[in-house]
Amino acid sequence: MNGRAMNGGSTWRAWLSTDTPQSRMQARLGRAWSGWLAFRRNRLAMAGLLIVLGLVVVAALAPLLAPYHPYEQDLANRLQPPGALHWLGTDSFGRDILSRLIHGARLTLMIVALVAATAPVVGLLIGTVAGYLGGWVDAVLMRITDIFLAFPKLILALAFVAALGPGIENAVIAIAITSWPPYARIARAETLTIRRADFISAARLQGASSARIILGHIVPLCVASLIVRVTLDMAGVILTAAGLGFLGLGAQPPLPEWGAMIAAGRQNVLEQWWVAAMPGLAIFVVSLGFNLLGDGLRDVLDPKGD
Amino acid sequence: MTEQGMIGIENLRVAFGQGADSVVAVDGVSLSVRDGESFGLVGESGSGKSTVLRAVSGLNHDWSGRVAVAGVEQSRRRAKGFFKTCQMVFQDPYGSLHPRHPVDRILAEPIAIHGLGDTDGRIDRVLLEVGLGPSFRFRYPHQLSGGQRQRVAIARALVLEPRLLLLDEPTSALDVSVQAEILNLLRRLRAERGLTLVLVSHNLAVVANLCDRLAVMNRGRIVEEMTVEDLRRGEAAQPYTRQLLRASQGYDRAAAESFRDFA
Amino acid sequence: MSDSPLLEVSNLRVSFPTRQGVTEAVRGVSFTVGREKLGIVGESGSGKSMTGRSVLRLVPAPGVVGADRLAFRGEDLLGASDKRLRAIRGRRIAMVMQDPKFSLNPVMTVGRQIAEAYRVHSDAGPAEARRRALEMLEAVRIRDPERVYGRYPHEVSGGMGQRIMIAMMLIPEPELLIADEPTSALDVTVQMQVLAILDDLCGRRGMGMIFISHDLNLVASFCDRILIMYAGRVVESCRASELRNATHPYTRGLLDSLPRLDDPRAELPVLTRDPAWLTEGGQ
Repeated sequence: MNGRAMNGGSTWRAWLSTDTPQSRMQARLGRAWSGWLAFRRNRLAMAGLLIVLGLVVVAALAPLLAPYHPYEQDLANRLQPPGALHWLGTDSFGRDILSRLIHGARLTLMIVALVAATAPVVGLLIGTVAGYLGGWVDAVLMRITDIFLAFPKLILALAFVAALGPGIENAVIAIAITSWPPYARIARAETLTIRRADFISAARLQGASSARIILGHIVPLCVASLIVRVTLDMAGVILTAAGLGFLGLGAQPPLPEWGAMIAAGRQNVLEQWWVAAMPGLAIFVVSLGFNLLGDGLRDVLDPKGD
Repeated sequence: MTEQGMIGIENLRVAFGQGADSVVAVDGVSLSVRDGESFGLVGESGSGKSTVLRAVSGLNHDWSGRVAVAGVEQSRRRAKGFFKTCQMVFQDPYGSLHPRHPVDRILAEPIAIHGLGDTDGRIDRVLLEVGLGPSFRFRYPHQLSGGQRQRVAIARALVLEPRLLLLDEPTSALDVSVQAEILNLLRRLRAERGLTLVLVSHNLAVVANLCDRLAVMNRGRIVEEMTVEDLRRGEAAQPYTRQLLRASQGYDRAAAESFRDFA
Repeated sequence: MSDSPLLEVSNLRVSFPTRQGVTEAVRGVSFTVGREKLGIVGESGSGKSMTGRSVLRLVPAPGVVGADRLAFRGEDLLGASDKRLRAIRGRRIAMVMQDPKFSLNPVMTVGRQIAEAYRVHSDAGPAEARRRALEMLEAVRIRDPERVYGRYPHEVSGGMGQRIMIAMMLIPEPELLIADEPTSALDVTVQMQVLAILDDLCGRRGMGMIFISHDLNLVASFCDRILIMYAGRVVESCRASELRNATHPYTRGLLDSLPRLDDPRAELPVLTRDPAWLTEGGQ
C-alpha cells in the first residue's frame, strides 16, 4: 500500500477503509466506518440522531440546564403564559414547565432504555429459536406470542399495571411485557428465510450445535432489522408510557413525566393551552427523532438493502 | 473398511412432502465410491443428484436405505465426529458464506467446534493452501470476488482435514476463467491430500476434467455408470446419456429437433 | 447481412455515479445489427448486459447512457421521447431476460398475458388475440396450448416459463430481439429447444437478434457474428464460425480455460489479465 499519507486524518481514513485489514479489530472498525459514511449521507437520519443525542444530553445535564427545581411551586404565578421568566410558562401549581420537561427527559430516556434493553432481547430469542427449531417448539412459542398479540397493547399494559400497582417501574415492566411479541414475529420471519441459506447448512456440516447456529449465525442477521424496528417503535413506547401516565397509572405526581403533565394540563387546555401543549410538543419531537433515526438505520443496517 | 470404499449407498430413497403430495426425488439409488477416487454425479435439474449428496452429507434426514461413509454405517442424524471425515462445498459462493462474518471467523468456527487448537496456524496454512494469502484473513465476504469466496468456502471445508469432499456444482456460478482456477485447485488439493471427491454437476466437461468415473441420473434413478474415458469417447450405452452428450456439444438445429423426454 | 442495419450503435457509454466516483460499465462500444444473430460474450462485469439494456434505455438508475449514435432503423433512440420509446419497446424491439419468474405477472394467467401483449400492439379483438396467443404457444412448442393458456406463472416449470416469456415477447412480431442470457437457467436439452425456436423466428421472419451470454461454445454454435467484451469494451469481433481462430489474448484465454470433452489435459490454462487490455482501443 501507499505508505505516505497527507496528514493524520487521511491516514485514519485509509486505515479504516482498506480492503486488506490486518486484524479483527481493524476489520470491525472498518465496517462500522463504512456504515457511518452511509448513514451520514442521510440528512433526515442525522437530524433524528441529533434529536436523540439532544435528549441524552438534556437528561444527563438536567439539574444544570433547568432554570428552576421541577417540584418548586409558586402559587402566585400559576398558569403563567410563556414569557421571559418562564420560557414555556407555568402549570396549575406555578411550576416551571421548561424545568419539568428537562427533568422529564430523564424519565423518558429511562423508560426507552429499559424497554429497549428487555423486550427486543426476549423477542429475538423466542423468535429465532422458534424459527430455527420449527416443529412443536415453534408451535408452542408462537401460540404464546399469538395470545399476547391478541390483546390491544395499551389494554394489556393497563391490565398489568392494574395488577402490579401504578408506578413508573411497573409501567416499564408492563410495556416490555406487551411489546416483545412483534419482535418475536419479526425475528421468526427473518429466521425462516435465513435457515435454508447455504451458510447455515455449512455451519451444520461443521457440527455446530443449534445454540451456536442461532446465537452466532442467525441472531447477528436478525439484529439489524430488529434495531431498526425498535428505534421506530420507541415513539410508540414513549406514547404508551405517556398514555399510562395520562391515565394516572404510570408515573405518579409530582414526577415530571410528560404524559402525566399533559393529563394535568387537560382541565385548562382551552384557556392555558401551553400547559398541555409543551409536553405534547416534547413527545412529538422526541418521537420524530426516533422515527427519523430508525429510517436512517434501516438504510444502513437492513441486509435487504445490500 | 477399505474394501467397502469411501461411500457405499444401497437403495437410497428420498421423498419430499407427506402422503398424496409426496414427491420421490431419489428412487432406489445404489452406488459406491472408492477411497481416493473422484466421482461425478451428472444430471439435469430435478434428477435427484444434489439430493443424493445432501443425504450423504447429513443435511437431509428424511431418507431410507443404506448409507455408509468411510466404512461406517450412517444413521439419519450424524455424530459430531462424522463432519471431520466429510465436508461439502456449495454451488453459490455468495450464499454459502455468512455475510457478516470475516474470513477469519468463518475459518475459526470449525476449529472451535471440534476443539482442535492452534487456530492461527491452521487458518494461515489453509488460506495459503487454497491460494489466498494471509492478507485475506480479515476481509468480509463482500470484499471478495466470486472466485475468492469459493476459495474461502473450500478452505472452510478443508480446515477440518476431511477425507471426503462433496462438491455441489462448485463452479457453475463462476466465470469460465475462474472456473478453470477452481478446478485446478481442487485437482491439486485432491492429489496433495489424497481426498475422495464427489462432484455433482450438470456440466459434462467439468465432470470429465475432474473425475475418474461418473453416474448419470434422471428422475431420481441412475441411468448408467461409466468411466470418464468412455464419456470422452462418446461411448454411452443409454440413449438418455447420448442425448445429454449431444446437447452439451453446443447448439445444433437438427439435434434439438430430435430431443425427447425420458421418463 | 442485408441492405441497411436495424440497429446502429456508436461509442456507447454507460456510467454509474457512486460514492467512490464514477464507475464506467460500458466504455465506448460500437456495433451494428442487421437481420442476423449477433452474440455478445463476456464475463460478469464486462458490460454485456448493460449494452443490451441501454438500447431500450432500460439501464437502472442512477446509470447514465450516452452515445454518439444509437439508432433503430435510422431513428434516434437516445433522444426519443418516453412515449415514442414505449411505442418501440415491445412492439418493434423486444427483450427477453434470464429469469421468467420476475418478468411474468403472477396474478394473471399466462395466456391472458400473451393475448394482452398482442392487443397492446394491434387493434385485434379478444377472440382474435386469444387465437393468436394459442398459435404463439404452439410455435414455442408447448404441447397442450389450451391447457397452458389458463395456467398461472407459478404453475409452469422454469423451461416452460421461459418459452412463455419468449412467446409473449415475440407475439407483436418485433424486428429486433435482445435476449440476455435467455437460456442460462434452463437444462441443456430444453436450452437447445428454446434456441431452435429463436433460430426459426430469425430465419423465417427476418428478425434481428442480440444474444448476450457468458457461454462461448453456445454463442459460437448459435450466432452469426460475435463481439467479445472485456471491462466495458469490445476487445474483438469475429464471425462465429471463426471464433476458434480468435487472436486477442483475452478471447484465447477464455477459450483455453474451458474444459472440453475432446481434450483430455487435466490442468487448465489460467487466464492472466493484462492491464493493457483495459486501455487499448477496442474498435
